Amino acid sequence: MAASVRSIARIVLSDSRRKALVMSSGPGINLTCRVELGGSRFYNEDHAGRTTSFGFETVSEEEKGERVYKVFESVAPKYDVMNDAMSLGVHRLWKDTLLRVMNPLPGARLLDSAGGTGDIAFRFLNYTRSRHALQQRAALRSQQTPSWQDISRDYASGERAVKAESRVVVCDINKEMLTVGKEKAESHAGPFSAGVSWVVGDAEELPFDDDQFDVYTVAFGIRNVTHIEQALQEALRVLKPGGRFLCLEFSKVSNPLLSSIYDAYSFQVIPVLGEVIAGDWKSYQYLVESIRRFPDQETFKAMIEDAGFFRVQYFNLTGGVVAIHSGFKL
Amino acid sequence: MRAATLRLRSPRRVLSQLPHRNLIHYGQLYPSHVPTNFVQKSLLAVGSGVAALRDPYRHDMVAVLGETTGHWALMRLRGQMMRDPEGCTILKERPRIRISTLNLSHMATLPDGCLGREYLSFLEDNNVTPDSRAEVKFVDNEELAYVMQRYREVHDLLHTLLGMPTNMLGEVAVKWFEAVQTGLPMCILGAALGPVRLSSRRFQLLVNTLGPWALRSGNRARCVMSIFYERRWEQNLEELRRELGIEPPPQILSAALKKVPSDSAY
Repeated sequence: MAASVRSIARIVLSDSRRKALVMSSGPGINLTCRVELGGSRFYNEDHAGRTTSFGFETVSEEEKGERVYKVFESVAPKYDVMNDAMSLGVHRLWKDTLLRVMNPLPGARLLDSAGGTGDIAFRFLNYTRSRHALQQRAALRSQQTPSWQDISRDYASGERAVKAESRVVVCDINKEMLTVGKEKAESHAGPFSAGVSWVVGDAEELPFDDDQFDVYTVAFGIRNVTHIEQALQEALRVLKPGGRFLCLEFSKVSNPLLSSIYDAYSFQVIPVLGEVIAGDWKSYQYLVESIRRFPDQETFKAMIEDAGFFRVQYFNLTGGVVAIHSGFKL
Repeated sequence: MRAATLRLRSPRRVLSQLPHRNLIHYGQLYPSHVPTNFVQKSLLAVGSGVAALRDPYRHDMVAVLGETTGHWALMRLRGQMMRDPEGCTILKERPRIRISTLNLSHMATLPDGCLGREYLSFLEDNNVTPDSRAEVKFVDNEELAYVMQRYREVHDLLHTLLGMPTNMLGEVAVKWFEAVQTGLPMCILGAALGPVRLSSRRFQLLVNTLGPWALRSGNRARCVMSIFYERRWEQNLEELRRELGIEPPPQILSAALKKVPSDSAY
C-alpha cells in the first residue's frame, strides 16, 4: 500500500534521466512543455533561496557545495596523515569495526560513497578475500573425503564454478580525493587495484542504475552533503532488495565528562594540527563545526527510517564519538 | 578583553578596508585573521616550531611561529614606530609592498645606487617577489598584525640595505640584524639556529666579520621599521645607510657571499 505507492513515486520522480511530457491545451492551442525531472528537487521549487549550515556559519545551499568541494580539494594530499594525527590512529579501528558489522560475503558488491581515499574499499577487499580464502580452505578440507554427490557433480559440471569476484565502486564528488585514493591503490600494488572502480559522482544524484549494490557505505561523508535526505533516498535506490545501508559518522557524545574533553580537544587541538601539518586552519575548523551540526544518533536513525530503510539500528563507538547506523532495503 | 585594546577607527575607514563578506568568524579583526585563545596559540607555537625545525622550507610554519610568539616584540616595535614621526605616518597610511603597488617601470629608470634601483636588482638577481609573503593570521590586534605584515615585507629591503644575498650566510646575517632591531623571538631563534647549517668557512666569516658588523649596525641603527621606503626610492643607498646608521657591508670575497643553489629567502 504505502510502500508500493512510495516505490511508484520513487520510480517516477527520482529517475533523473526521465523527461516528462506535460501537455496543456488552451483554447485551440496545443502546448507541450517538456519538463526534466531532477530527482526529488521536483518537490522544492524555491530551493535556490534556501540556506544551510557550513560549520557554524549559515550559507546558501549552492555555496555549501562549492565550499565543501574546496575544503576537500585542499585537504586531500594530507587527508590520511591528518586522520591519523587527529584521531591518534583510532579511525582505523572504527573502520575495521564497520567492516565487522558489515560482515560481507565474497562476491558482494559495495558502493563506497564519499569514499575518497578508499579506506573502506581496501578493507572490504581485504575482508572478502580473506573470507574467500578461509572458505576455500574449508572446502578443501571437506574435499579430503568427498561425498559421492560431490564426486558426481564434479564429473557432470566439468568446469569449475566461476569465482564470484567482490567488486567495489568508490564514488566521490571530489576528484582530488579520488586521485589520492588511486595513488594509494597503485602503491599498495597488485591485489588492491583490481576490483576497485573510481567514479566521480554526487551522493545526492548517483550515476548508477537502480538495484545495483549489495552494500552501500558512507564513512565520514554524509555530514558534508547538502541534502542528507536526498542522499539517503539515492542510497535506497541503488541498493538491491535485501541490500544494506551503513553509515559511519561522528555523532553526539552523551557522557558529559567525555563530551567536554572531546569538545576541548576538537576546538583547541584539531585546528592547530590542521595548521601545523596541512597548513590549513579553516578546513579543520569547518570539520569540527560540521560534526557539531550533524543530527544525533536518534534523529539520524529517524531520517534513515523516513527514507525507507527497515531494521534501522545504530552502534556507538568510543562512547558516542562515532556511530555506525545500519538499515536494510527490503 | 581584546576588544578593549582595539584602536577605534572611523566606520567608513573600517568598511572600506575590510569587505564585510570576509569577516565570517566572530571576533575576526581583519580579513585573514583567525581568532585563537592562549591554549591554541601555545600549541601552535610548539607545533610550528617543531615543524619549522624539521623542515626549514616550511615558510608558513616559520611565519606562524613568529606570529604566535611575537606579541611583546610587536608591541615594542609599534611603540618605537609611534615615537618616530615617519613611523607614525606609516602606521596611519599602512603602505603595502606588493607587485601591484610598486611602480616597477619607474624604479627601473632610476640611476644606479638608488634604493629603488638596487631593490629591483636584488629582486631580479635572487628571483624573489614581494608577493610571496604569507598573510598574518594569528595576531589578535589589527595594528600589530599590520606591523607584522610590514616586517615581512620590509625583509627584502633589509637585504638591499645590508647588501646581503639570499643564501644561507646572507640570511643569517640579516637575521642577526633583525633580532637586535626587532626582538622578535622568531628572529632570535633563527639567528641562533641558522649558523648550525653553515659550512665551517662561512661560519668563520660569520663569527669574525659579518656577525659583529650586523650586531653593531643593528644596535646603532634607527628603527628600520620606521622608514617609509616607498617615499625614498630616489634616495641614494649609501646616503640612506649613513642616515640610518648602518655601516657599509664588509668587503668580503664575493665568492663567499655568492648565492649557491640552496635555500631561498623566507
